[in-house]
Amino acid sequence: MLSGNGQLDANKWTPFINSQTWTTYILPGLWGTLKSAVFSVILALVMGTALGLGRISEIRILRWFCAVIIETFRAIPVLILMIFAYQMFAQYNIVPSSQLAFAAVVFGLTMYNGSVIAEILRSGIASLPKGQKEAAIALGMSSRQTTWSILLPQAVAAMLPALISQMVIALKDSALGYQIGYIEVVRSGIQSASVNRNYLAALFVVALIMIVLNFSLTALASRIERQLRAGRARKNIVAKVPEQPDQGLETKDNVNVDWQDPDYKDLKTPGVQ
Amino acid sequence: MSTLWADLGPSLLPAFWVTIKLTIYSAIGAMIFGTILTTMRVSPVKILRTLSTAYINTVRNTPLTLVVLFCSFGLYQNLGLTLAGRESSTFLVDNNFRLAVLGFILYTSTFVAESLRSGINTVHFGQAEAARSLGLGFGATFRSIIFPQAVRAAIVPLGNTLIALTKNTTIASVIGVGEASLLMKATIENHANMLFVVFAIFAVGFMILTLPMGLGLGKLSERLAVKK
Repeated sequence: MLSGNGQLDANKWTPFINSQTWTTYILPGLWGTLKSAVFSVILALVMGTALGLGRISEIRILRWFCAVIIETFRAIPVLILMIFAYQMFAQYNIVPSSQLAFAAVVFGLTMYNGSVIAEILRSGIASLPKGQKEAAIALGMSSRQTTWSILLPQAVAAMLPALISQMVIALKDSALGYQIGYIEVVRSGIQSASVNRNYLAALFVVALIMIVLNFSLTALASRIERQLRAGRARKNIVAKVPEQPDQGLETKDNVNVDWQDPDYKDLKTPGVQ
Repeated sequence: MSTLWADLGPSLLPAFWVTIKLTIYSAIGAMIFGTILTTMRVSPVKILRTLSTAYINTVRNTPLTLVVLFCSFGLYQNLGLTLAGRESSTFLVDNNFRLAVLGFILYTSTFVAESLRSGINTVHFGQAEAARSLGLGFGATFRSIIFPQAVRAAIVPLGNTLIALTKNTTIASVIGVGEASLLMKATIENHANMLFVVFAIFAVGFMILTLPMGLGLGKLSERLAVKK
């Protein structure tokens, strides 16, 4: 059944030795993937901070509003968001038509990742010892000062690995742009395959690129996490981000771990404690 | 509004039904395959451990779109794998549906395996030691001591994987499976003036699917939690 149909022959792989395959197809696609992922992570960071702070604001209506936005965009598939954004941008001429797909991809990724980052930020701040806030109030700081100079800096440092993990999500999810015609690495790989008639080889090459990229980012995240943990242990900082319930998809929602929890085990390197 | 409803109404439920079917079949398959991966990952045979770890790290870092495309372009169109009878009148529909399910199983099982492993990490080491000292081998220890406790501890992460899977089924539209997002794409093109209404309908549809899932599984995990 899986006879191969000559798809595994050596000559199906030779286009990837040719530099034109790379300069015409793969590299522009990879650029598209990276561009949308980086853009959306930066925007998601801004949006996540705004929503996360709104979620713990003292104004009840703002708290509710932010909670509704966060929960909504976490429940909707990113692809649905992208299709919607594409049509919306096209209809109201919000972006130039050459950038439609790019804008739609960035919109979808930003809304989803921003909501996730807001949740991470909120739980990070909520987990700080009560004394931090009380001490700031006792010193006569206003609520805004307390948030910006006491709570936020402590929460943000712990969020760094989380942000890198969000980058991995954004890189993977930018492949959804395939469906609205965005030139990212999967589409460019398929395009090169339709010229060279080597679908299988092209899919493997694209997969390899994504795996290497994401795997090295994951490794970077866990390295930073370990360093932060060592730094915190040295300085004996009490404030900490709590262990989130494990969400299964480790890079999605539970990227914060509590290194100071006596039961904390490093899953990646069980031997090193 | 009424023309939109005349177009959308009759096909809305069938489309979401396809989404639900994709979710259920993929969930069952991913649970089975994920359990096998987990068993391999904690087994005493080194080559099985390596294989399983390599598979999980590879597939988890691949975009799901690519996995599904691989099932269609790679397995079906190039290598000739068919999952439905060619004579059948619904060959294309059935085959694409099953290829999509295959893709979801391959992808989601890695997350199931990770969830189960986090569950295994909560089982105290003494449990395995006690089983060993009673003379149980790896198979019996895993099957009747470790795994039952691990699953109960892993309900929440497994539930989150299920929710993510429900949302991921929209990617099946890339190979033309007629589920919710494909219907939305078609509707939004024909009724561009009702853009926000169409979006709201599908957004609410997915929220109806995913939000109760989270609540229900949270309750379930509380009820099944291993008393320590």
